[in-house]
Amino acid sequence: MARITLKNLKHSYYPNPKTPEDYALKEIDLSWTDGGAYALLGPSGCGKSTLLNIISGLLIPSQGQVLFDDADVTHLSPADRNIAQVFQFPVIYDTMTVYNNLAFPLKNRGVGAEKIDQRVREIAHMLELDEMLDKRASGLTPDNKQKISMGRGLVRDDVNVIMFDEPLTVIDPLLKWKLRSKLKELHQKAKVTMIYVTHDQTEALTFADQVVVMQEGNIVQIGTPIELFERPAHTFVGHFIGSPGMNVIPCEVKDGAAFFNGLQVEVEGKINPVENARTEIGIRPEFVGIGKTGIEAKVRKVVDLGRHIVVEAMIGEVKVNAVTDGLMPNPGETLHLSFAPHHTRVYADGWIATQESKR
Amino acid sequence: MKTINQKGWFFVLPVLILVAFNALIPLMTVVNYSVQETFGNNQFFWQGLDWFENVLRSERFHGALGRQALFTATILAIEIPLGVGIALAMPRKGFWVPICLVLMALPLLIPWNVVGAMWNIFTLPDIGLAGYVLNNVLGIEYDMTQNAFAAWTTIIVMDVWHWTSLVVLLAYAGIISIPDPYYQAAKIDGASSWAVFRHIQLPKMNKVLTIAILLRFMDSFNIYTEPFVLTGGGPGNSTTLLSIDLVKTALGQFDLGPAAAMSLIYFAVTLLVSWLFYTIMTKDDK
Repeated sequence: MARITLKNLKHSYYPNPKTPEDYALKEIDLSWTDGGAYALLGPSGCGKSTLLNIISGLLIPSQGQVLFDDADVTHLSPADRNIAQVFQFPVIYDTMTVYNNLAFPLKNRGVGAEKIDQRVREIAHMLELDEMLDKRASGLTPDNKQKISMGRGLVRDDVNVIMFDEPLTVIDPLLKWKLRSKLKELHQKAKVTMIYVTHDQTEALTFADQVVVMQEGNIVQIGTPIELFERPAHTFVGHFIGSPGMNVIPCEVKDGAAFFNGLQVEVEGKINPVENARTEIGIRPEFVGIGKTGIEAKVRKVVDLGRHIVVEAMIGEVKVNAVTDGLMPNPGETLHLSFAPHHTRVYADGWIATQESKR
Repeated sequence: MKTINQKGWFFVLPVLILVAFNALIPLMTVVNYSVQETFGNNQFFWQGLDWFENVLRSERFHGALGRQALFTATILAIEIPLGVGIALAMPRKGFWVPICLVLMALPLLIPWNVVGAMWNIFTLPDIGLAGYVLNNVLGIEYDMTQNAFAAWTTIIVMDVWHWTSLVVLLAYAGIISIPDPYYQAAKIDGASSWAVFRHIQLPKMNKVLTIAILLRFMDSFNIYTEPFVLTGGGPGNSTTLLSIDLVKTALGQFDLGPAAAMSLIYFAVTLLVSWLFYTIMTKDDK
């Protein structure tokens, strides 16, 4: 078990990268404390799997260092790093039984037979594989195969970190829930650092204590699920997390105040100087109120999500989503929208530009 | 309820007709010969199963069958491990892949009689490169027209040279179909390279290797042109394999009845071994 530090990490898949676009990872600095549950969240191609493979040692970064505690492991092989990784698609050893599949990582490291037996049965029990221990692994269903893959990752109790690369892709929704809570439970029991890569916000937010949001090879924000939801540092995070995502509305900033359609919009706090930048207002649909006063808007679409209703309204040419539990308005109707000031922020060139209000 | 659609037969019909003319009907002619005796003039006399009994009891047939079995077993024992080894050593990505593949495919493109002629000349003691070097430089007496061991060595080396590529290409196809995460997971699990071979590569090659062994078995068991061009079955009878013996019986001595019986037995042996092997190799799939 170890603290993981990434220093000035950069990676390119080209031998001679020149422009920033050649890099799959652009300058990553990160420190993860021992025993935490982390998620790497981002759309496909954002560099999260690259980052994961660098930590596991399957890739050597073009530049920078990977430290486990204080030891530099940048050039160590995956086996020497003592880590475990679970891949997107199940990897099982076809010729072996389920038992031997689970025992394989331990046998390779010369663990005693008694200890192996105890660990294998413990993990199998946790993943509800006890019934199939003597079966050949090749005949199992994909979700059971993936459970074996996960089991092989969890079976060693001395690993520095366990990494999951979108491990629930092949699992059906009901079992997804179960396995996710299993993992969470396991993390609390074993206190091993776990890193979970996903493009699914629900998976990331329910699994991790801290979520790292990535976009185009950059880390955009690191924070707890609540921080990411409440105060996105970038419009991308606002968009990517939450459903529907944050409203991003073009605005003008004059004399330290934000204006939209000529009307001043009250925001959370002081606005940083933003000269010559593209400025936008960001507000989550959850904090857009529908009432008698406020900016006039025309309802375009209403979606009933069961627990609440999403109203898609147009203020002129600008689309604004609002979430409400109240009465369902009709499309075409005119209503008034108000923005909760504490949750209204200004973004300059995508990055947050208001100072947090002290409440 | 499953609807039964008989239309599919129409699509199979052209193949059936084709196979009937180039295989089934000629085979029936052979069956016809195998139970009769003829002295020419298209006069036939019923002979029953006598020819089969004669062939099965004949020392000559036993000798040819033994040599054939030895030849096939030897080349399989060399070509399969060698082919798998070469396939494992071949690059899986990059510039050298197409070059290696083309080099590997070259021997397969050469016609069989040319292969026989090439190796014949290559091993001639006076003008062949290998023959000259062995006899005159290394001082090893090597003449396949005189020495049975030299003749055997030559036909085996020739077959290995000609056909190992087939095993390589099939095994290689099996190896490159293994997704990267398998190797990555094995690395992380701390598997040795032997364990990677035993538990990942070999199981994934299982199917293509079955095909490779079957093809090599059938081809080598029926081999004719190359050894015929190379040694003509000699010296003496030492490299007279089943097919060469069969042709001698049928066209040399014109013993059509025994030859027909022999070819049916030959066919049955090939079929039986192939069927047994395939059934055993695929029994786990069910």
